Amino acid sequence: MHTKDEIFEKVQTALVDALGVDEDEVTPDSTLTGDLGAESIDFLDIVFRLEKAFDIKIPRGELFPESILTDAQYVKDGKFTEAGLSELRQRMPFANLDEFAKNPVAQEFGNLFTVDMICNYIGQKVAVA
Amino acid sequence: MRWIWIDRFIEFESGRRAKAIKNVTLAEDHLHDHFYGYPVMPNSLITEGLAQTGGILVGEHGNFEEKVILAKISRARFEFAARPGDTLVYTAEIQDIRKDGAVVSATSHVGDRLQAQAELMFAHLDQGIGGKTLFEPKNFVFTMKLLGVFDVGRQSDGSPVTQPPGLRKWRAENDEPRSEPARRRVHRGA
Repeated sequence: MHTKDEIFEKVQTALVDALGVDEDEVTPDSTLTGDLGAESIDFLDIVFRLEKAFDIKIPRGELFPESILTDAQYVKDGKFTEAGLSELRQRMPFANLDEFAKNPVAQEFGNLFTVDMICNYIGQKVAVA
Repeated sequence: MRWIWIDRFIEFESGRRAKAIKNVTLAEDHLHDHFYGYPVMPNSLITEGLAQTGGILVGEHGNFEEKVILAKISRARFEFAARPGDTLVYTAEIQDIRKDGAVVSATSHVGDRLQAQAELMFAHLDQGIGGKTLFEPKNFVFTMKLLGVFDVGRQSDGSPVTQPPGLRKWRAENDEPRSEPARRRVHRGA
């Protein structure tokens, strides 16, 4: 059983170890790529550490969806289509898509990946006190 | 020039752990510039040796179906400099391995002394990126033979690690047919 605070602390540790940032840089609103400087190879590292910290399995593409940006059905002219948004909602129920949906520019997609989003994802996979 | 920064495997437990040695010798050209009058094995090459030890361990576990490359050095710490005449013993242990890649923790020892430790992350690449084969399996396996993996390698059930069976087939399909060796003329005195 984990409390929300415990989840945040473990996620914070995983990000500090994977990205080499200070603890106080990792706030719930910090974006992975924007604020914390994560690159694509870091995502794999983050997934490894989260799996280890919470003793869970994170299947490929479940936390960080792949190939959604390159699918013409979902992203057209740099913006997510309706089909794209509904696909996002389905694949990422742990993400807060309401703000993004108002102006779903593909370039801003990375900003969805906040520390808080990861905590929500973990919260859906483990028992929360 | 061959880029092999380990000399021989002394232990090899498939999928778990491997130990390889690297002898530091004054015959290595770069030591005379690094540094002039005070040769020190560069830490970058020690890291490369650790990565090769770990990379071959990871690659063998997947039967070389995935190409393994070093993707990230999460941590690397060096306690003292390695000098000519030192034998570095590199130990690599797989912490985590999955389809996407692997995490390996590695250490370097001189005798009993811990010389360096590192955490390395490997990524698996597909056989061909854009249709091009990046590494030829025969080179990988040839190197493994050189390094004695098939002499000391053990599976988890104790049976020996053997050459991947696909190699002969690959060679039959891809190698150029060998030409006859040129005959050498021996000139005898008149």
